[in-house]
Amino acid sequence: MKTRHKRMALILVGLAGLAAAAGLVLNALNSNLALYISPSDVLAGNAPKDQTFRLGGVVVEGSMERQDDGLTVHFNVTDNHKTIPVAFTGILPDLFQEGQGVVAQGRMSDGMFKATEVLAKHDENYMPPQVADMLEKGEQAKQSAAGATP
Amino acid sequence: MVSENAIAWYHFSSPKNFYPLAGRLIPWFWGLAVILLVVGLYMSFFVAPTDYKQGESYRIIFVHVPAAWMSMFIYLVMAAYAIIGLTWKLRMAEMMASALAPTGAMFTFLALWTGAFWGKPTWGAYWVWDARLTSELILLFLYIGYMSLQSAIDDPRRAARASALLAIVGVINLPVIYWSVKWWNTLHQGASVSPTMAPKMASIMITTMLVMTFAFWMYTIAVVLMRARRVILERERQTSWVMEMVNADPQAEMKK
Repeated sequence: MKTRHKRMALILVGLAGLAAAAGLVLNALNSNLALYISPSDVLAGNAPKDQTFRLGGVVVEGSMERQDDGLTVHFNVTDNHKTIPVAFTGILPDLFQEGQGVVAQGRMSDGMFKATEVLAKHDENYMPPQVADMLEKGEQAKQSAAGATP
Repeated sequence: MVSENAIAWYHFSSPKNFYPLAGRLIPWFWGLAVILLVVGLYMSFFVAPTDYKQGESYRIIFVHVPAAWMSMFIYLVMAAYAIIGLTWKLRMAEMMASALAPTGAMFTFLALWTGAFWGKPTWGAYWVWDARLTSELILLFLYIGYMSLQSAIDDPRRAARASALLAIVGVINLPVIYWSVKWWNTLHQGASVSPTMAPKMASIMITTMLVMTFAFWMYTIAVVLMRARRVILERERQTSWVMEMVNADPQAEMKK
């Protein structure tokens, strides 16, 4: 074996060992690396008690209600399995919408999540508005077709 | 069998031969970079359509994503040169690695900075400590650490070896950045464009992003070659060919 092959092997073996170590560390830290907790996990008791944490999910369509003071909003966050009601007083980000992803920071109290900060999570889809319209019309046509012939 | 290609590579791995080659190539890469940048920016602002959800603010993607791609790609190339430099003790590879670092750091900063200004209007925050943002910030620290380590050691050979090790260790961070949005819950959205999936973006938007990426790539090559020539002159200043060139014409450095 030539010296330079030995050096190359040494570097590659070292790198592989390091990658394995990093993988194990990241795996161990898994729950701490997650930015938010899903409603199912929260209701299963996996969220920190009496402490602030971030709740993430999708805002349920038609669940948003503005309260009488004009600043407080109530909405439900779901992961399509479990749902948690959220209350927030303040200004929502522009992309906040029903049916969109959201990450809220706050704590649970009496079965309701009192948020102090709400961030909008957007998805990886980008398209011109015309295409989005077309897709929605197609979806509606599909649904009404399915409703007509059950 | 030793092909002619291998001989050419060997020829240009010597700083003396690489120096004039780089000098001849630089104007071409500058030209390509400028043309692609003009076309790419025009497409970014006037050809690419408005996004259905984010409106105009999404247009920052045409700088943000190419910068982020380049920040990772440059690191990968830098680490590859570091490995070559360590195993074959090639001076030219060491010099290329150190010439790449500042541009890589610049693109990392650009990606973080444009990301912050995109995050405020869309997410509602300049910064969150999610896995994607944090690992990209670590990449910036790796670049800065690499450059600091190199300038902290006076002997260029030892500096190159120490910093090469740091560069190689840092490669672990690249897959973490790339797959962070898949492995963990992050505020940063998933990949719109990936080699394994159909793109989740209108094709004109992707084309624009690719033109901008190539513009950044050509710019990187031009700037890195210029920096490599400077590093060569600095590290090889005791050699006869550099002395002859500088003595023959003190302005040669500017012209060639």
